[in-house]
Amino acid sequence: MSAQIPEVRSTEQLREKWMKPEVITGSEILLRSLLLEGVECVFGYPGGAVLYIYDAMYGFEDFKHVLTRHEQGAIHAADGYARASGKVGVCIATSGPGATNLVTGIATAYMDSVPLVVITGNVATTLIGTDAFQEADITGITMPITKHSYLVRDVKELPRVIHEAFHIASTGRKGPVLIDIPKDVSAALTLFEPSSNAVNLRGYNPRMVPNKLQLDKLAQAIEEAERPMILAGGGVIYSGGHEALFEFVKRTEIPITTTLLGLGAFPSGHELWTGMPGMHGTYTSNIAIQESDLLINIGARFDDRVTGKLDGFAPHAKIVHIDIDPAEIGKNVPTDIPIVGDVKTVLEMLNPEVKRAAKADAWRTRIQQLKMEQPFRYQDSDTVLKPQWVIEMLNETTRGEAIVTTDVGQHQMWSAQYYKFNQPRSWITSGGLGTMGFGLPSAIGAQMAHPERLVISINGDGGMQMCSQELAICAINNIPVKVVIINNQVLGMVRQWQELIYDNRYSHIDLEGSPDFVKLAEAYGVKGLRATNKEEARKAWAEALETPGPVVVEFVVSKGENVYPMVTQGSTIDQMLLGDA
Amino acid sequence: MSMRHTIAVLVNDQPGVLQRVSGLFGRRGFNIESITVGQSEETGLSRMVIVTLGDEQTLEQIEKQLYKLIDVIKVINLSSNPMVARELALIKVIAEPANRPEIMGVVETFRASVVDIGSHSLMVQVVGDSTKIDAMIELLKPYGIRELSRTGVTAMIRGNV
Repeated sequence: MSAQIPEVRSTEQLREKWMKPEVITGSEILLRSLLLEGVECVFGYPGGAVLYIYDAMYGFEDFKHVLTRHEQGAIHAADGYARASGKVGVCIATSGPGATNLVTGIATAYMDSVPLVVITGNVATTLIGTDAFQEADITGITMPITKHSYLVRDVKELPRVIHEAFHIASTGRKGPVLIDIPKDVSAALTLFEPSSNAVNLRGYNPRMVPNKLQLDKLAQAIEEAERPMILAGGGVIYSGGHEALFEFVKRTEIPITTTLLGLGAFPSGHELWTGMPGMHGTYTSNIAIQESDLLINIGARFDDRVTGKLDGFAPHAKIVHIDIDPAEIGKNVPTDIPIVGDVKTVLEMLNPEVKRAAKADAWRTRIQQLKMEQPFRYQDSDTVLKPQWVIEMLNETTRGEAIVTTDVGQHQMWSAQYYKFNQPRSWITSGGLGTMGFGLPSAIGAQMAHPERLVISINGDGGMQMCSQELAICAINNIPVKVVIINNQVLGMVRQWQELIYDNRYSHIDLEGSPDFVKLAEAYGVKGLRATNKEEARKAWAEALETPGPVVVEFVVSKGENVYPMVTQGSTIDQMLLGDA
Repeated sequence: MSMRHTIAVLVNDQPGVLQRVSGLFGRRGFNIESITVGQSEETGLSRMVIVTLGDEQTLEQIEKQLYKLIDVIKVINLSSNPMVARELALIKVIAEPANRPEIMGVVETFRASVVDIGSHSLMVQVVGDSTKIDAMIELLKPYGIRELSRTGVTAMIRGNV
């Protein structure tokens, strides 16, 4: 058995089939336009304002529509699909509550620069502004969390709008674009003439090619640096620049740390890789950043979880910042060498110009020593299951080759720490917004994008209950996601902060009353397994891997475990709590 | 150092564009002292003139963040150049017949004009830079201002640029 993923048809075939000028409805225009953009599957949920669109989808087989159980599930699935494939994710919801249920997912994608086209229905144009049934001003509501948005008032605009939306979502700094289609527009008939490939957007010209002068400055800075450090982020993966990055590191031999969203941009087994930086990053990465005299940020945005206290971040370093978004440069950290451009393009132009950082030998030795002295560690146990051990076991048994999605919290940080990624687009997590409920639906999307790969969704017992209804989608479509629940019976990350920062005042974190996850899985027709010690864990996981379809595996772990290292808020990143292991 | 800046923003004349711009200022904590919008020299484009307070870094962020809006075509920092900045105010001031000559004196000194006369009031129109209008308001306050309406600043760079 395999997931029911539609065959990918060539756009050429589809063009021939669908390019004919013809008088059709707005809804049919939407479907044809999606096909012409190369869409293979959409995630959605019908309702009153999108009835014409769903009517047009009746019997339509050129792309797959996945009916989720909640609009939030639909948009997180589209997000997971986009992150895993690099293509634009598409979801559809109705007006009012359908649209507002997408808001968390739109913000999630916006914060992590994920290309989505979000289609919502709205009440008819004649009813807009009258507080009609299921009316919500979704373009207004989502303005701060979309890259751009459209309210289509004339069916003739639809082909152009859809083409522009895909262009905007997938170029420059990627992001979600919303298209709001009133019901009368989706019903209206017009002559469909497919939009040409030309996009005419005067106010939108992402700068891909950097200023050569700045590249020369960087090459010079590398030659002079004694303690250079690379901080690589999601931009490397989004631009397809991981090979160019590898070449850059190979040439310069500069140690490299990758942010939460940058995991997989560089092989974790490489000796120059120091792990993740920031709040729960490695000791080595944080110390290295603080001691560095040249910090080369490649496609990361100096998020507060990475920098810690800004005043005191990388105090000795000359700062280089490579980013496609000019607004990121200088936003948080004053920059000495700004390089605006597409990361891949920048690195490919840079690589022939750079040489081995020749003055940095003592530094490389220091980095290796730090790595050896301060690896991640935890106190293992033979009586209770430790969450870190579980992630290590998942990593070992899958050789770091799975696609891993997570929810948000302690399990997310442990996964980032103990799962060792070697390929881009294998790690799917809500970094910027930190959205609970993301783990399961995003895995469904990732599996749709890569039917042949092993997809593991790692969740906590809290976040699992925010979108658990999507187990139904795994069951009916036979989407073989392996759903891991790290169950510590508590909201672990909140517990950790309450323990360490709020004097053990544990306020409303006990998840007593959670369902029996094995029975929950079985209720959806999904195999459910539980493990409470190492032996059971190995056995259950082996069984999960051998099972062709979806499986839920619950690992019951110790309750009081903390994520270390930890930089508390307001500290510089070299001030780390290391735990007692 | 926090300073007053006047910027012009050329935008597509699209529904919601004012909301996009003002929303951006709101959510990023940028200050708007005044904002004016109207037609520009080109069909389909509107020109906004925004007066804002902030240091150099904030101003840089404002410009960059504005450019991220798809409907923003061009951002010009007017106050980094010699510029002409003008504002118009209508001031309805309480004016009993006995006070009128005195008020007319103020109006003439400021090269303002009286655009309406009521039985107990005068409506004064004044055009100038914001400091001139502030001064005019201060001088009329003692008579009693019934209503005040200011347009906000519109501005242009001097010369052939």
